[in-house]
Amino acid sequence: MTGLVMERIRHAYGNAKVLKDVSIVAEPGKLTCLLGPSGCGKTTLLRLAAGLETVQDGRIFLKGKLVADGKSNFSMPPEKRGIGLMFQDYALFPHLNVFDNIAFGVRNMTAERRTWIEDALKRLGIAKHRNSFPHVLSGGQQQRVALLRALAPQPEILLLDEPFSGLDVTRRAQIREDTLTFLKECGVAVLMVTHDPEEAMFMADHIVVMKSGQVVQAGTPVQIYFHPVSAFVAELFGAMNHFDGVVEKGQLETPFGPFPIPSIPDGEKAQVLVRMEGIHVSLGSQHDLPTDCCTAIGHVVDTYLLGRSSHLHIRVPKSIHGCDANDSESIILHVRVPGVMKPEPGAKVTVWADPKQVFAFAVD
Amino acid sequence: MPHAAAKAATPNVPKVPAISGWALGTLGIALVLVAPTLWVLGIAAGPSGDIWSHLVETVLSRLIWTTLALMSGVGLGTFVIGVGTAWIVTMCRFPGQKIFEWALLIPMAVPAYVIAYVYTDLLEYSGPLQAMIRDLGGFETRRDYWFFEIRSLGGAIAMMTLVLYPYVYLLARAAFLEQSVCVLEASRTLGRGPWASFFKVALPLARPAIAVGVSLVMMETLNDFGTVDFFAVATFTTGIFDVWLNMNSPSGAAQLATVMLTFVIVLIGLERYGRRQQKFHHTSSHIRAIIGYKLRPVRAWAAFTACALPVTLGFLVPALVLGSYALDFYADTLNANFWVFTLNSLTLSATAAFIAIVLGVFLAYSLRLGRAPWLNAVARMAALGYAVPGAVLAIGILMFLGFIDNFVDGAMKNAFGVSTGLIFSGTVAAVTFGYVVRFLSLSFGAAESGLAKVTASMDGAARTLGAGPLETLRRVHLPMLKGSIMTAALLVFVDCMKELPMTVILRPFDFGTLATFVHQYASDEMLPEAALAALTIVAAGIVPVILLSYTIAKSRVSNLGGQTGLDAEDGQ
Repeated sequence: MTGLVMERIRHAYGNAKVLKDVSIVAEPGKLTCLLGPSGCGKTTLLRLAAGLETVQDGRIFLKGKLVADGKSNFSMPPEKRGIGLMFQDYALFPHLNVFDNIAFGVRNMTAERRTWIEDALKRLGIAKHRNSFPHVLSGGQQQRVALLRALAPQPEILLLDEPFSGLDVTRRAQIREDTLTFLKECGVAVLMVTHDPEEAMFMADHIVVMKSGQVVQAGTPVQIYFHPVSAFVAELFGAMNHFDGVVEKGQLETPFGPFPIPSIPDGEKAQVLVRMEGIHVSLGSQHDLPTDCCTAIGHVVDTYLLGRSSHLHIRVPKSIHGCDANDSESIILHVRVPGVMKPEPGAKVTVWADPKQVFAFAVD
Repeated sequence: MPHAAAKAATPNVPKVPAISGWALGTLGIALVLVAPTLWVLGIAAGPSGDIWSHLVETVLSRLIWTTLALMSGVGLGTFVIGVGTAWIVTMCRFPGQKIFEWALLIPMAVPAYVIAYVYTDLLEYSGPLQAMIRDLGGFETRRDYWFFEIRSLGGAIAMMTLVLYPYVYLLARAAFLEQSVCVLEASRTLGRGPWASFFKVALPLARPAIAVGVSLVMMETLNDFGTVDFFAVATFTTGIFDVWLNMNSPSGAAQLATVMLTFVIVLIGLERYGRRQQKFHHTSSHIRAIIGYKLRPVRAWAAFTACALPVTLGFLVPALVLGSYALDFYADTLNANFWVFTLNSLTLSATAAFIAIVLGVFLAYSLRLGRAPWLNAVARMAALGYAVPGAVLAIGILMFLGFIDNFVDGAMKNAFGVSTGLIFSGTVAAVTFGYVVRFLSLSFGAAESGLAKVTASMDGAARTLGAGPLETLRRVHLPMLKGSIMTAALLVFVDCMKELPMTVILRPFDFGTLATFVHQYASDEMLPEAALAALTIVAAGIVPVILLSYTIAKSRVSNLGGQTGLDAEDGQ
C-alpha cells in the first residue's frame, strides 16, 4: 500500500549525529520533498532508503515489506530493493553510451521495455544522442539520461538527490517543469532532496522540512508556506522582517499595531515575522487602504529595482503609538512589491501587513 | 541559501566490514611482499662473526663514498639535462622542437648496462676510436697519448645520466606545462626577462616535480648492477655481491644491504615530499597554450644541439652500434640459444606482469572497499618494492625462500619421513616473485588511479540498478579500468625484460634471459655476438616510451580543449 516508510531513523558518522529520530512517509503516486539546508541529513536519509548506507537504528519499509531494521542489523542490499536513485552528479557510466546507460538496470530487455526507452528518449528530446557517450552531452542532457536510467527498471520508488542543482540557472526552470510533467505521467512515487524552497514548492505534493537531523515540519506546500511552525520554516522562503518584544495582554507591539498572540503567556519573549512581500505599500491616495487592519505611516529610505519586483527600505515608527518617525524609536522595513515602484527617498507612504503573511513565534 | 559541497563529504562507496576477505587478503599479500626486505633486516641484526668489523675497517667508507658520488653525479647530470631540455622544448620554438618533445624520452628505452657495454666497446683501448687516434697520431702504446678511462666512476655517472635523464625531463616538462602561462606573463610584466623568469618563477614552481624525478633517478642508480659491475666501480651493489659470493657471508651482505636501505628511506622521503608539495603549487587554474619564444638562427642552433646531443648519445649511437653488430653477428646470437632466452624472457615477464596486475587490482579494490585506516598503510608498504634495490631484494628473497624451504622440508621429514628439498629456492618462481615485489607499485598505482575515475556514486548507481558487488566489478569497474590495466601490464612487462640484478642472483642454474645473456657475453668482451639480444631489449623498452609520449600529447589536447571529467579513452 504505502510506498516508502522510514521509521525513527537515527544515524551517526563517528560522533557526528546526522539523523536524530526521523520518520517520513513517501506515498505512491505522490512527490515528496525533503527540504533543508546542506548538512541537515537529507541526503543520508536518501542513501539509507536506497541501501547505500546501513541502517543503525530504525526501520525502513518498502511497499509494506521490511527492507532494513537497525535492531536486527538486517539490511537488504541495494540491488535487491527495486529503488531508483538519481545522483546529484548523475554518475553516468563513461564507458557506456546513452542507450546502454539507460538499459543498464533492465534485467529483462523485452520489446516493451525497449520501446519505452526509445519513446522516453524521444519524449525528452535526446533521441538523437541515443548512441553518444556521456562526456559529449550537456549538463541538461546528462540529467535526463540519469533520470531515464533510474526509471527504466520500473522502480517502486524513485529517489532524486538534488536533481537540478547541477544545471544552469537559466535552464533550470524549464527542465524542472519537463521533469515534473514526465514524472507525473510515469506515476511513480518520488522522494526528492532539495535545498531550494521554491523548487520544493513547485514540485512537491508533500514537503518534509529538516534541520540538523530532525524533521521540523511536514505538510503540503500551502501548509508550509502559510502555516510555518517555526521561524526557521518561515524564513526558508527568504529573509523576513522581525519584530521582537515581550508579550503583554496576549499581544505583541509591532509597527502595524498590536498583534494578538494568545498562545504565548504574558511576560514571555516573542517575535513577529512578516514576509517582505507581505507588506503592502500605498503611495498616498487613501482609497485603496484596507479597512480591516491597522496601517502605519513611513518614509522611503531607498528603492532598488530588481526587474520583476522592486525592493524598498521604509522607515516606520517602532510602535503605532509612537508619534512621527524619530530615529531612536524607528525601524527599517524591507518590502518587496511586484512590478516597478520607485518613490523618491523621503516620500511619505502608508504601509500595512497582509495578516496571512504575519507569523508569531515564541523566542527561547 | 548557499549550497555547499559539504554533501560530497558523506561517506561514499558501500563499504565492507573492517575485517573481511579483502582486508585479510591485503594483509597477506603485503606480508609476503614485504617479507624479503624484513628478512634482510632480520639477518643483518643477527651475528655475522668478524665480517662486519672487517667491512667497517676496510671497504665500508669507500662503498659509501663511491655510492654517494655516483648518486650525486647522476642526480646532478640528470637534473641539468632533464630540466634544461624540458625548459627549451616547452618554452622555445625552433626547428625540430616538436620532434624533440617526444624524442628526448627515447634514451629511457636503453638499460644502463647496455649503454655501458656499447660505449666501453667504442671507447676502450682496443675500441675503434682509440685505434683511430693511434693511427692518426702514429702512437704505439697507451702511454704515448692521453685518453679517458670509460670504465670508471666518471664513466658510470655519464652512462647512467644518459639513460636516466628522461625521468627528470618527463616530470619537469609536465610541471612547466601545468604552470599557468599567466604566472610567467606576470613575471615578464613585472620586469623579469626570460632567463630571470626561468630562475625566479618557473624553476621554483617546478621544484617539487623535479625532486620526484631526481629521487626516482637516484633509486634507479642505487638499483643498478650491470654498469657498476662491468666498470668495477665499488658501490653498495657490487659490495653486496662481493661479500655474499666471494666472502661467503650472507649476514655481512645483509648488513651492507641494511645500510643501503637507509639511502632508500632518504630517497623515498624526498619523493614523498615532492609529491606532497606538488598539490599546493597551482596558484592559478588558468591554462592556456604556451606561445613560446621564437628563437633566431644562432640560438635556434644552440637549442637544437642541446636537445640533439642527449638523444644522439643516449639512443642513436648505441642503437646504431648494436644494429651494425647485429647485422654482422646475428648468426652467432641465434646459435647461442637466442630463442630460448627470448622465450624465457617473454614467459617470465608476462607471468610477472599478470600476477602484478591481479595483485595490484586486488589491493586497489580492497582499499576502495575497506574502511580500516591501517589497510591503506599496509597496501602502500606492499608497493614500496620499487625503491628497494634489486640486489637487496634478491638477497632477502633467497633467505626468505630458503627459510620456507627448510621449514617445509623439516615439517615433511617429521611428519612423513620425506625430504622435499628445495621447492622455491633457485627456481623460476623465485625470479617471478622478485619481479612482482619490485614492480607491483606500477600496477597498483595504475589500478588505483583507474579506480579513482569510477566515482562513488557510479558504484551506488550500479547497485541501485540491481547489480551486486561482483556484477558491478564486471560491468562497471573492469571496463573502465581496462585502459590503465593494459598500460600497467605493458610497463611491468618491459621492466621485467630489462631487469638484471635479481635475475642474475635468483635464476636457476643454466637458466638465462635476454638480459643475463647480454650481461654474460658483454662481460666476456663478446658484445657483438650478443648485439641482437641487446637490441631486442632496447626495442621492447621503446614501447612504453611511445605510450608515454602518446599520453602526454593527449593530455595536452584535452587541456586545450577544456574537456573535463569523463575521459574519452575509456568510453570508446
